[in-house]
Amino acid sequence: MDIRSAAIDFGLLTPHLVIAVAAMAILLLGNMVRNRGLMTVLSVGAMAVGMIYGVMQWAAPQSGFYGMVAIDNFSVFFSIIFISTGIMAILMSRDYLVAKNIDSHEYNVLIMFATVGMMLMASSTDLLVIFLGLEIMSVPLYVMAGMARRDNFSGESGIKYFIIGAFASGFLVYGIALIYGATGTTDLRRILADFTFLKMQSEMLLYSGAIMVLAAFSFKVAVVPFHMWVPDVYEGAPTPVTGYFSVGPKAAGFAALFRIFVFGFGQFSDLTMVFWILAVLTMTVGNILAIFQNNIKRMLAYSSIAHAGYVMVALTTGGQGAVSSAVYYLAAYMFFNLGAFAIITMIDCRTGSNNQIDGIKGLSGRHPYLASVLTLFMFALAGFPPTAGFMGKFFIFSEAIKNGYVWLTVIAILNSLISVYYYLRVVVAAFFMKSDKDFLPVTYRPAMFIVLLITVAGTLVLGVIPQIWVELARLSMFSIF
Amino acid sequence: MLEVIIFYISALIAIGGAVMMIAQRNPVASVLYLILSLVAQAVLYIQLEALFVGALLIIVYAGAILVLFLFVIMLLNLRGEKFGYDQGKVGVATKLIFSLVLIFELAAVVHTVSRSTNLARTSEHLNPGFGSVPPVAELLYTKYLLPFELTSILLLVAIIGAVLMARRDRADKEKEMT
Repeated sequence: MDIRSAAIDFGLLTPHLVIAVAAMAILLLGNMVRNRGLMTVLSVGAMAVGMIYGVMQWAAPQSGFYGMVAIDNFSVFFSIIFISTGIMAILMSRDYLVAKNIDSHEYNVLIMFATVGMMLMASSTDLLVIFLGLEIMSVPLYVMAGMARRDNFSGESGIKYFIIGAFASGFLVYGIALIYGATGTTDLRRILADFTFLKMQSEMLLYSGAIMVLAAFSFKVAVVPFHMWVPDVYEGAPTPVTGYFSVGPKAAGFAALFRIFVFGFGQFSDLTMVFWILAVLTMTVGNILAIFQNNIKRMLAYSSIAHAGYVMVALTTGGQGAVSSAVYYLAAYMFFNLGAFAIITMIDCRTGSNNQIDGIKGLSGRHPYLASVLTLFMFALAGFPPTAGFMGKFFIFSEAIKNGYVWLTVIAILNSLISVYYYLRVVVAAFFMKSDKDFLPVTYRPAMFIVLLITVAGTLVLGVIPQIWVELARLSMFSIF
Repeated sequence: MLEVIIFYISALIAIGGAVMMIAQRNPVASVLYLILSLVAQAVLYIQLEALFVGALLIIVYAGAILVLFLFVIMLLNLRGEKFGYDQGKVGVATKLIFSLVLIFELAAVVHTVSRSTNLARTSEHLNPGFGSVPPVAELLYTKYLLPFELTSILLLVAIIGAVLMARRDRADKEKEMT
């Protein structure tokens, strides 16, 4: 073990610490200062400072804490995704929390702690720290799902998510224990270095452990057959929280999956077949069940399962190129999925809204711009050019074909075609269907407008001029210390 | 020889306690069987020279956490379950399948361990002082410092979450005032 990587250097974790300490400060301050708007500005500001510190770590790979922390371009890129998701989630929640009378400053604090957990998951090469990151991320999410305590569905959502999450954590710990039993270490770099020897010595144990860890993260990123909880939890949770769920934890789960299975267990080729089956199942089940949904949140829940399937294609492909494509895809998905949820949140803020697809009939008559933006996001989710959704899928599928996964790509493209049907249902409802009642107007404040501006810009920029972003994603690789 | 006899006795008690724990309908009896199982497991740890872990298991788990369990059960005044977990044929089949998978896994683990020379260490290979407090403390504040600190953040987050869920909100208070 070299001296540099052994160093206990809290400077490495500056972005994490800035956000964690700010979260604690805001938690205390929020009890004294009643101004929720100010608290929100402070939270967003602290996250932005954390993001700046994060960006400064770009292109300077470092390792520390006895090899438990690895700050490389991969972790920096993911940290930026997590912080942006957190900032946008805080901004788009404002109106909703006030409208539903569940406003409290702890909400922002929970999002900040969840962000810290996600960043730890992406920037660790030790299974122990990845597990702790996962828990620091998950505990705030359980609470956020049950935030609207007056709403029975929200409570149900929180309890369901908590039980399933605890179950998945059990799997993860069991898997880590088996891997430790097989290898004598939780350090992914040492597993990578001695892989051939370890596999020869205790293959069964390693295999069982790896499958357990895979199952645990499959729960978190909603991969079929571990997806049963997703529609109920997504439907019951407050709408902006659902938006956050469908982007943040998913990206974090995939960051950990890539770190474990492409980096640590990179030579474990027996697992490719498992990934292949999971990818096909996830895409197909997600897309087909999404067709039958009339509730827009349920539909987007199944759609998020399908999108997890597309990223699983990248995991099946393996290798640095595929990881870059998945990183790009997750960044793009953040923009258009959060954008879609921002609009659904705005519609849901009105009294008497029920989140049915029928409920957005006549949106274009009252709010033509909003309807157009919603259309843009739906096109991006379906993967039409010139949006970010198209470029993301193109990048993932071309990497898969390059590595010889032709059938997998064919299935993925067929699935994208199925998905067009249910995304366009929303567009048709917004533009071409007449409502019997007048469409109640949607009101929103600047915070929501900023979110829409960022998401629209992201969706278009990543789709129209992708070169520079693709290049950044290509640089977002693991560094081997 | 004595060592082997003690091992088998405490292993049997640990497994028997665990089985009895899930077979009880009365939650208080379940907790008591769990304590029995944990004490037997502590004996196993001590036999492995992990004295500190064995002591912690008794003090923290059997002592603190399970007593807390008992308090919660008694405060909530939980009665025994009226129904067992019978869910028909599908339920039984699922249980059987999962049990078989786990048994297979256990067999695999035992198989691997008996084959591997790496894991079959005897106490002669251990560092002096293994299992006592100083080596554990040293590891905790050097190599495992980060996980140790992160655990405290995790606990903080859990406390915030619990308070947030249990707290009366503004609407409740207003209702009480009027």
